[in-house]
Amino acid sequence: MHLVTAREPGSSGASAPEGRDPALADLLRRSALGDQDAFSSLYDATASRVHGLVLRVVRDPAQAEEVTQECFLEFWRTASRFDPDRGAPLSWMLTIAHRKGVDRVRSAEASTRRDTTYHRSSGAVEHDETAEAATAALEARRVRSAMQKLTEVQRQALELAYFGGYTHTEVATMLDLPIGTAKTRIRDGLIRLRDAMGVAQ
Amino acid sequence: MNTDIHALSGAYAVDALDDLERARFERHLAECEDCREEVAGLAETAALLAGTVEVAPPAHLKDRVMADIAMVRPLPPQISSQPTASTTSTHPTRSTRRLRFAPRMMAAAAAVVVLGAGAAAVFHPWTDQAGQQSVSLADQVLSAPDASRQTVALDGGAEATLYRSPSLKKAVLVTKAMPALPSDKVYELWLQTTQGVMVPAGLMKSAGNQKFVLEGDAAAAQAAGITVEPAGGSQVPTSDAIALFEFGDAT
Repeated sequence: MHLVTAREPGSSGASAPEGRDPALADLLRRSALGDQDAFSSLYDATASRVHGLVLRVVRDPAQAEEVTQECFLEFWRTASRFDPDRGAPLSWMLTIAHRKGVDRVRSAEASTRRDTTYHRSSGAVEHDETAEAATAALEARRVRSAMQKLTEVQRQALELAYFGGYTHTEVATMLDLPIGTAKTRIRDGLIRLRDAMGVAQ
Repeated sequence: MNTDIHALSGAYAVDALDDLERARFERHLAECEDCREEVAGLAETAALLAGTVEVAPPAHLKDRVMADIAMVRPLPPQISSQPTASTTSTHPTRSTRRLRFAPRMMAAAAAVVVLGAGAAAVFHPWTDQAGQQSVSLADQVLSAPDASRQTVALDGGAEATLYRSPSLKKAVLVTKAMPALPSDKVYELWLQTTQGVMVPAGLMKSAGNQKFVLEGDAAAAQAAGITVEPAGGSQVPTSDAIALFEFGDAT
């Protein structure tokens, strides 16, 4: 759906997830010139991706809306800073969105989810809704399928870090791993996922 | 290269480092081409995960976003000293100013080395204690015989004046009527080395009228600036400067 829109044309999202996306790149380029129509199209093509990620990390819908709004303002302001040689447009946007989401949850000291969602004593993290948040997108299916090739610890560590916004030290504690090993699990998991998805590196 | 720090690449790509580790790793990135490439690939990979959690935002959000951007001017492109072909060919190059607040982790990381500042100095949490201790130093800078000053007018009638004393190697920012920021934002000060990289020089948590001593060696810097950063500050500027001060005599 949106995924396909975002990836087409120019790269088949299914086979080249790292593909540079000329359509999105062009919308960004025009946005940098102040073209609000182009930005409107950019929003339509990417808002579900950005907001889905932010919502997943931030969790509170009202705060997630604020962060998503901040993200798009940031895309508009910094569109000229996107360098197509250094990555795909969507990756650039999602990297910014992820950082903003993580900043938000980490700055919210009163966040209650940290106390309630995961318990160290439980020893295991619930298999949460990642797998259930089904979309028809082929690439999303591929990602989920690739995630299943990770070890359980790799997958949990990666999900807690990326979707939970936890530091690797926190992840280690949550998963009862020796401090210092969660970062390795995260990296190993990402590398396995990268290779399974065929991201160029 | 240090295998320990190399192992942080994955956690870095998913923002799972604390501030200290992040700064340390970014310093490493400046020197490690392998890690830069690996991080780029892992960050692209991490972004794929977002595809599994798509949620359309409420319709009213687009109205807000479009209303927002109508009032905000897009930033000019960065004019890199090593421009890539795509940047120069597809973007207007209207700005020639020397000072660039490039959110480039490698550059900022290199700055740590350039300044010869130890991690303790660079990652100083900028406590109130430091602010208090620097009050008298601020006055010394302001009254130094070789102090120079530059004033920049900001939106809403605010003013920021930077005093710099090469002999004291310090710079002091004096603000007037700086607008208050939301609780999740902070003013961050920066010094730019002669190599063009930005080094954090402290967080200014209060608005209004302030007198603030920049951390770091102002004599060795070629410019200073202020950005608005997420609470807690950043190790590299994540937004464009709201005020820039270029020094003419840095060596």
